[in-house]
Amino acid sequence: MTEYLGKVTEGSLSRGLMVRLEAPIEEVRAGRLVAIQGENRRFLGYISDVSLASLSPQLASAPPPSDPFLAQVLAGTGYYGQARVLPKLILGEPSALLEGPQPATAIPPHFSPVHEASQQDVELVYGREDKRRFVVGSPLDMEVKVCLDAPLFVQRSNGVFGKTGSGKTFFTRLLLINLIQKGEAVNLVFDMHGEYGWGRPTESGVEAKGLKQTAVASRVAVFALDREAAQRRRVSPDHIVEIGYEQIEPEDMGLLRQALNLTAIAAEATYTLTKRYRQGWLAKALSLTDEELKELNIPDMTYDNLRRGLDRLRRLPFLVEHPPEDSVGRILKALQEGTSVVLDFGRHSDLTTYVLVANVLTRRLHEIYQKLTDQAQAEGAPGPTPLVITIEEAHRFLAPEVAGQTIFGTIAREMRKYNVTLLVIDQRPSGIDPEVLSQLGTRVLFPLDDERDIEAALAGSQDRAELKNVLSRLPTQRHALILGHALPMPLAIQVEDVTSSQFLSKYGVPRAGEGRPRSKIGDLFPDE
Amino acid sequence: MSGPTTGDAGGKSAMEIAVKVGEVIEARTEEFQAESATLHQPPPLGSLIWVREGEIDIYAVTGSAATGSREPGRQAVALGQDEEELPQAYPQLSKLLRTTFVGLVVGYQEKGELRHYLPPRPVRLHNFVYLCPSEEAQRFTRSLDFLSLLAAQRQDEALGACLRLVSHVHPNAEAFLVGAGRELVPLLAGDVGRLHALLRRLRP
Repeated sequence: MTEYLGKVTEGSLSRGLMVRLEAPIEEVRAGRLVAIQGENRRFLGYISDVSLASLSPQLASAPPPSDPFLAQVLAGTGYYGQARVLPKLILGEPSALLEGPQPATAIPPHFSPVHEASQQDVELVYGREDKRRFVVGSPLDMEVKVCLDAPLFVQRSNGVFGKTGSGKTFFTRLLLINLIQKGEAVNLVFDMHGEYGWGRPTESGVEAKGLKQTAVASRVAVFALDREAAQRRRVSPDHIVEIGYEQIEPEDMGLLRQALNLTAIAAEATYTLTKRYRQGWLAKALSLTDEELKELNIPDMTYDNLRRGLDRLRRLPFLVEHPPEDSVGRILKALQEGTSVVLDFGRHSDLTTYVLVANVLTRRLHEIYQKLTDQAQAEGAPGPTPLVITIEEAHRFLAPEVAGQTIFGTIAREMRKYNVTLLVIDQRPSGIDPEVLSQLGTRVLFPLDDERDIEAALAGSQDRAELKNVLSRLPTQRHALILGHALPMPLAIQVEDVTSSQFLSKYGVPRAGEGRPRSKIGDLFPDE
Repeated sequence: MSGPTTGDAGGKSAMEIAVKVGEVIEARTEEFQAESATLHQPPPLGSLIWVREGEIDIYAVTGSAATGSREPGRQAVALGQDEEELPQAYPQLSKLLRTTFVGLVVGYQEKGELRHYLPPRPVRLHNFVYLCPSEEAQRFTRSLDFLSLLAAQRQDEALGACLRLVSHVHPNAEAFLVGAGRELVPLLAGDVGRLHALLRRLRP
């Protein structure tokens, strides 16, 4: 039996229903999923606010009774708790049988009883774990599991936001494992801190398993930028990525302008260079003669500035004039074979590298996906397997100043036209272009501190004020608010514990503490 | 009194075994005046009393009581005697004085159904007034809807006394008083001073 909370006393569809609480108010948390039983229909909503009220203004202003008997009599009568519940879905509609729960466009009558939502309610709305759906967590204060629909999820670009240490990475791992397991999409993960391929101890000292240590290990390849670091960690990457000069484009310079300390004119000059020297511009730019500069109309000072910036770039060990192997080709091949790729940055976890590599690779992949999709459409064949690109520190690529130019901005805006979507991980959503944010389908919001970040994370969603209330009061550990395209209604959840033994056994980790030592690498790569 | 209604005990009606405490001498729908059966000994303030009126039994709560001269306009005078010597020195006193009390009507019973609101007509003059036996008091006060009648008449003292008295006939006196207090809160939410004062009178 689900817990009885109270009765509806007043309210409206838009502002929410006031529920006079009979349950102890301390147990009633904002974000909790509740069911309201109307006369003919059942409504599902969540608690957006909880408040204390009194029966009359006189009682409100009266001094609190000091006598225990009076306090006992007055509690719950003269003074009581109430909760605001936002009705979101109607469950009892006849059409709901076929089409699933419908958005609430009506409200239950006065005195309708309010209970916490039952397991059936949650399953009806969020589904059960099956071929399409996977468990992401449980509603606040409930045991039942909440599922996310994988095909629906990958239809759009999505975001995972939260302050440092709130559990973004843990949750992203959960998402990735399941997306790979359900076969809905191949993933390309730009793994800035080396957390997704093989796990590493977190700030709290708990080791979370990387994708290579789970049941999906055979469908994941780890590419690395840094061979030495991989060797030091005693893991063997499947491929070492190198990027050729000719793959760097002026667009990348725009992104790296700050990092390379380039002036706007110097960044602009790279376009002039490309126009003249095409793909060979970078190699050429390092050795321009005075005459050439004059001809190109690039002032000396600008060139000096550009030169210094490019010298810094050139020092990146993975950047080579003529790479022996086409890394993008390797990544693409893996993706087309249905193998997800984690690109481990190793020691090169500085932002310059990250931004550059992610942008260069993604641009090439997007071009290819664009061709493949167009081709498939022309032939009436299904397009390539959807690709989900996971990027961290997303505001570096999607800031309002650069989102218009970077490939990530393009992908976020064009939705899944070319079967490529983003999984944006960030701790500063306020740094992301609002237009991009508004295109995100599903958002997973872990606690955020900054008011602007909360505003940005919720931008464009319905019931923003109420959700803000829920989000800003989430417990800091392992709790998130999920909302958007893949969910019938927003929900605050306690996310699955990816370090728990149930989780580890469910996702088939070979044996606890295993995977790192090279001697056991055979266990991890059964296919090889 | 005849006609058993409820609370049958040993073949007699509840009213037959109830203690007679007075006789109605003045009546209105919402209250009546009764002369106490014993001088100086009216039923206690707040006690539940009972009067038969035709087919219906009318329930009332004892309100204010008074003792004075039987003859209007004639006032008792100080006699300067000790309480023990008084009956011997003035044996006629008991014939000259009387005690009266007010019954505040709080409900009635018709065909075995209890109603916690005013009866269709007032009690009849010269009907006897009985003290409600415990079982009847318990039965009547299972619903506390009558509290609004007393509160509306601002009979807070009688109300408090009534609840204190009947709490003892309920299995859990404290729970009864808390429940009664909770009924009073919405009635007096606009007058916190009165509410607090009344609730303090209910403290077990």
